[in-house]
Amino acid sequence: MIEIINICKSFEDHLVLDSLNLTIQAGETMVIIGRSGCGKSVLLKHIIGILKPDSGQVIIDGNDITRMSEKELNNLRLKFGMLFQGAALFDSLTIGENVGFSLKERRYDEAAINSRVKECLAMVGLKGIDDLKPSELSGGMRKRAGLARAICTNPQIVLYDEPTTGVDPIMADAVNELIIELHKRLNITSIVVTHDMVSAYKVATRVAMLYKGKIIEVGTPEEIKNTKNPIVHQFIKGLAAGPITEEG
Amino acid sequence: MDITSRFGKRLLAFFNYMGAVSVLFYQTLFWMFTSRIRKNHILDQMNKIGVSSLPIVLLTSMFTGIVLALQSAYQMQKISATLYIASLVALSMTRELGPVLTALVVAGRVGASITAELGTMKVTEQIDALETLAANPIQYLVVPRFLATVIMLPLLTVYADFIGMFGGYLVGVYKLGISHSIYIRMTYEPLMFKDIFSGLFKSVIFAIIISIIGCYEGFRTEGGAEGVGRSTTLSVVISFILIIASDCLFTAIFYFAF
Repeated sequence: MIEIINICKSFEDHLVLDSLNLTIQAGETMVIIGRSGCGKSVLLKHIIGILKPDSGQVIIDGNDITRMSEKELNNLRLKFGMLFQGAALFDSLTIGENVGFSLKERRYDEAAINSRVKECLAMVGLKGIDDLKPSELSGGMRKRAGLARAICTNPQIVLYDEPTTGVDPIMADAVNELIIELHKRLNITSIVVTHDMVSAYKVATRVAMLYKGKIIEVGTPEEIKNTKNPIVHQFIKGLAAGPITEEG
Repeated sequence: MDITSRFGKRLLAFFNYMGAVSVLFYQTLFWMFTSRIRKNHILDQMNKIGVSSLPIVLLTSMFTGIVLALQSAYQMQKISATLYIASLVALSMTRELGPVLTALVVAGRVGASITAELGTMKVTEQIDALETLAANPIQYLVVPRFLATVIMLPLLTVYADFIGMFGGYLVGVYKLGISHSIYIRMTYEPLMFKDIFSGLFKSVIFAIIISIIGCYEGFRTEGGAEGVGRSTTLSVVISFILIIASDCLFTAIFYFAF
């Protein structure tokens, strides 16, 4: 279980997360929605410990990661996989080396790495591209390769930062299917950050909306669709007029 | 805002900057001594930083040696002391021009490339990705570049010293008519251990400056391609200033202390 308790984070004078609270149950797919630049990715980076909050706690399976040393954090990160918005594949490495990066860092033997890399690439529908460089792949393929890298260590928690942004609708649906399949097959806890509502409804167990640094509503996709909150309503319907645009 | 407070702010920003750079230097040393050494990464960086820089370093020092000999001949001929050109070139190259010119060339070529590479990794979230994969970016990215620069810059300086002296030799022997054996003797006789040591010591300091500033500017890059360009320029400018300033400081220390 992941508990985010009262976290605040500012960049210079701009308050991005403002006493934010959220609990994510083990095995669920939590989708965090919100406008671009509202702090969704920042929240994700707090969950994996890349960013430290100014105050508050992030508790993962009973351990507060904001108080952990670098070594403890690195050990904890073995439980995580993360898919970045632009995939963040290492340009200087091949796709195979990218996917097997974590295993190589942990000094697995070459044969075990190769077999796991092939398995993960097959899982995301990218057989036989181990020797290509990231620059030789399309946006959608890079996303899937990034996903293969994220799941290579059999993580218990996978974080997805805008998994369907920048890919065509068909590829976006394929990525959604992949998230659902991985969730079912590996029984992982997934946290998906997106502003793509089609994707959100499709993959979510629960949806949380981030607005002005706080989670203003959490519910199942059905509850979110029938929300009474005018801010959430404007966002999910994609309306230009409403409280979000009026408040600025 | 009055001039005093503006100066104070600038001074504060300078100390902040130097503090952050020192922290990165300390962390680099920490990871260098406490984690496994990635031999392949270091060798790869030594190739990029050292071997690839060799042609331009040789070219620069060769021309510098020639120019130094020609310019000093202009003066020395007036007092019939052309023989001493060999000693002048040898001492100038080993104590000063070899280390400084090599460092400036490497800062322009390698420092910029380190910043551009790490800066691009930063803005495309590759450095964040490293952390999520439980790899420390300082251990993985900075330590190999730091070690490679600290090993290769003094080696490049040795080459630069020799080639610079060879440039002087060409002018001395083929233009000024000094005999081969006298020129060679006048080159190595005045050279003492401290001359060579002070030059190589400075080149180690310059290597630390180039690698740490290059990595620091790369790590703090923000704002896409424009940010990468800005960081790369800053990295070269700051490295140049620190190289010249530390050269002045260590030359003075060596002059007064030894």
